[in-house]
Amino acid sequence: MTEQTHFVDIRHAQKSFGSLEVLKDISLTVERGQIVGIIGSSGSGKSTLLRAINDLDPLTGGEVWLDGVQVNKTLPHRQYEKHINAMRQQVGMVFQHFNLFPHMTARQNVTMAPMMLKGLSQEAADKLAEEQLDKVGMLERIDYYPSQLSGGQKQRVAIARALAMEPKLMLFDEATSALDPELVEEVNMVMKKLAEEHMTMIIVTHEMDFAASVCDRVLFMDKGVVVEEGPPEVLFRNPSKDRTREFLRKHLEGAK
Amino acid sequence: MDFELMQKVFPFFLEAAWTTILLSVLTAILGLTCGTLGAAARLSRFRSLRFIGAAYVSVFRGTPALIQLFILYFGGPQIGIQLDAFQAGVIGLGINAGAYMTETIRGAIIAVDSGQREAARTLGLSNWQATYKVILPQAARLMVRPLGVNLNMLIKATALVAAISVIELTYTAQRYIGSTYKPFEMFLLAGILYMIILYATGRAVAWVDRKVQIT
Repeated sequence: MTEQTHFVDIRHAQKSFGSLEVLKDISLTVERGQIVGIIGSSGSGKSTLLRAINDLDPLTGGEVWLDGVQVNKTLPHRQYEKHINAMRQQVGMVFQHFNLFPHMTARQNVTMAPMMLKGLSQEAADKLAEEQLDKVGMLERIDYYPSQLSGGQKQRVAIARALAMEPKLMLFDEATSALDPELVEEVNMVMKKLAEEHMTMIIVTHEMDFAASVCDRVLFMDKGVVVEEGPPEVLFRNPSKDRTREFLRKHLEGAK
Repeated sequence: MDFELMQKVFPFFLEAAWTTILLSVLTAILGLTCGTLGAAARLSRFRSLRFIGAAYVSVFRGTPALIQLFILYFGGPQIGIQLDAFQAGVIGLGINAGAYMTETIRGAIIAVDSGQREAARTLGLSNWQATYKVILPQAARLMVRPLGVNLNMLIKATALVAAISVIELTYTAQRYIGSTYKPFEMFLLAGILYMIILYATGRAVAWVDRKVQIT
C-alpha cells in the first residue's frame, strides 16, 4: 500500500461517458471531521465526483481512497461486490430525491440495513430507529409511510436511515434542491447538527449561504475541473478566478 | 333457441369448464415460472442469458400459439417427445404465456425508480438483497394488473387446445354440435361459461391489486 495519510483521498479522478469527459483529473483530500462543500453549475461534474466516492458512478481513471483503503479497486466481480458493499456501509449518502423505500415505514427504512447487514435484532434495531429518528426530529412520525410525509420530513428520514449504519463519512447530493423553499431549513438544521458533532461530510449544494455557514472548505467546479478551492470566506467574498466570480454573480442574481 | 337442450347438456359443459379451469391454473403456474426466469434472464448481467431471454420472447410471441401447440403435440413424437393432449396443452400454452409474462415482469422491475436500487446499494446491500428487499416488493405492485391481462389472454387461449382434442369447453361445444346440429346454443353456452370464469378472474386480480397497494 502506498503512503496514505488523508481520510478521503481522491487521486487524479477521471470520468468519461463515451467521448464526453465529465471529470478531468481531479484530486481532492478531506480530513476526518472536515466538511467540504462542492458548488458549480449543473453539468460541472460535482454530483459525478460525489457519486464516484462510493463507486455509484465508477471512475474511468484515478483512485478513491477512504481511511486507508482503496474504494475503486480492480477485483473479480464477486470479490469486488463484497468489497464495495463493505465500503458502502461506511459511507452514508443522501440524495436529492430522498429515495426512501415507499413500501416501508420510516422505522423500517431505518432498520432494514442494520438488521440485514449487521444482524441487529428487531428490538435493537427499533431502539436504533427511535434514536436516529429522534435526532432528526421525526420520532413522532416513526410509523408513517413516505407518502404521508412532506419533502423535508422525507429527507430527514433519509438522513436518519444513512446515519443508522454509523457511517464514517456522509455524502449529500443536493439534499435540499428538490424541496419547497420553506422546507429547506429543517433539513439544513439537521446537517448543521451533524457538523457540530464533527461528522465528516462532503456536500454538493446550490445553497451558497448554507455552504458558507457550515463548510470548512468549498470547491468550485466547472466543466469537470476544480477551478478554485478555499475557505468559504475567501471563496465567496474574494474569489481569485474569473469563472468563480462569474458563477457567484449569476447565482446571486438568480437567488434574488 | 332450444333451452331444454341447453339444460340437458349443461352438466357436461360444467365438467368441461372445470377442465378449462384446471388447464388455466396449470398454464398460469408454468407461465409465471417461465416468465420469472425469462425476466431474470433478460435483466441478467450476462450477455448470453440476456440473449436467451430475448430469443425466448421473440420466438414465442412471434409465432401463433396454435402452431406451437401443433409442433409440440403432433411434431413432438418425431423428435422423441411423447405427451398426451392435456400435457401438451399445459406445456405449450404455459411456455407461450411465459413469453408474454417475461415482458410484463421485466417491465414492472425496470419501472421501479433507479434511485431505489442506488439507495439500497449505498447502504451496503448486495445487488440481490436490494432486488428482493427493495425492488421486487415495489415491482410486484406494478405487475399485478398487467399480469391480470396476461392471465385473461391465457384463459382464452386455452380454447386452442380443442384443436389437439383436449376435452375442455370449446372441444365439448364442438362435440355436441356434431350430435345436435345446434351451434348457436352450444357456442353460446360455452361463451357464457368462459365469461363467468373470466369475470371471476378479473375480480380476483382487482382484489389482489387492492391488497398489495401501499397504504
